[in-house]
Amino acid sequence: MHDHDPHDHDHNHDHDDDHDHDHAHAPPQKDHDAGPVGAYEVLEEAVRSLLIEKGVLTAQEIANQVDLMDSRSPALGAKVVARAWVDPAFKKRLLKDTRAELAELDIDIGTLAEFRTVENTPKVHNVIVCTLCSCYPKMLLGVPPAWYKALAYRSRTVADPRGVLAEFGVELPKGVEVRVHDSTADLRYIVLPMRPKGTQGWSEKELAKIVTRDSMIGTAVPAAPKKPVPRKSNKAA
Amino acid sequence: MVKARPHAGRFAPGDRVRVSSRPVVGHCRTPWYLRGKTGVVAEIHGTFRNPEQLAYHKPGLPAQVLYKVQFRQDDLWGGYAGPASDHLEADIYEHWLEPLK
Repeated sequence: MHDHDPHDHDHNHDHDDDHDHDHAHAPPQKDHDAGPVGAYEVLEEAVRSLLIEKGVLTAQEIANQVDLMDSRSPALGAKVVARAWVDPAFKKRLLKDTRAELAELDIDIGTLAEFRTVENTPKVHNVIVCTLCSCYPKMLLGVPPAWYKALAYRSRTVADPRGVLAEFGVELPKGVEVRVHDSTADLRYIVLPMRPKGTQGWSEKELAKIVTRDSMIGTAVPAAPKKPVPRKSNKAA
Repeated sequence: MVKARPHAGRFAPGDRVRVSSRPVVGHCRTPWYLRGKTGVVAEIHGTFRNPEQLAYHKPGLPAQVLYKVQFRQDDLWGGYAGPASDHLEADIYEHWLEPLK
């Protein structure tokens, strides 16, 4: 890619418009299935074909389930958090019985796991990890980011949570307890972050927009957007 | 995961417990770094089928009471750098917990 540094924008590489464009360019992006087929892909295809052939599942049912998972995104979690910020009675019920309150919002979390909401306060900051594998509140946040499944995040978050949080840009004073939740069993956790200052009078929808995925994992803290700083123009005078 | 009937657990919130350090072969959801460590029962989650059996397509019975156990970070790691008020919580099945007086 060309580096568009405005101070060094001399475009001196030969780029005549009339030269024959027959030299080989690397494709901009490799096809994801261009390489050799891996063992897990073979296994997945074999199991899927068998399930369909034996009448256990239909191709339609598998596609529907994939669609369901793809439809989950942090926007769902953000909706829940924003509701909790504006409705104290809802928040109270959410902290007590997350599954029931999600059902009230028409969010079905399936039968796989119990859900728990852990609340950040001025005294406690929660962060979620799964050291054993990558248990994650998928039904509210969608597919986890790659770093959540990485050995580094999983092993370091339990042993040095403050160090990991600092690397995410979250520096917590010593007076705030850091509480790490290792999702070792049947429960899934989601963090209810603190509502940022400067958001008084915001609507639920506006609030939902500032609730990030990471703030519901506990590796970030939502913030009200600052006034945009005017950018320096790159145009030559 | 099927949640079975409510169960009177062996431990109550506030009880001090130690995580068993017995060896295990195969699937187990009690992390190594907690084995032999001491914590306090924070909550009873209910009764769940035993994942050490479910992993091998067995019924997972008898179901186990699952507890939220809270550990002081200071008790888990030698030389933990953060303040003494930092904690870690994990969900541990009853058959992995030993009573502490």
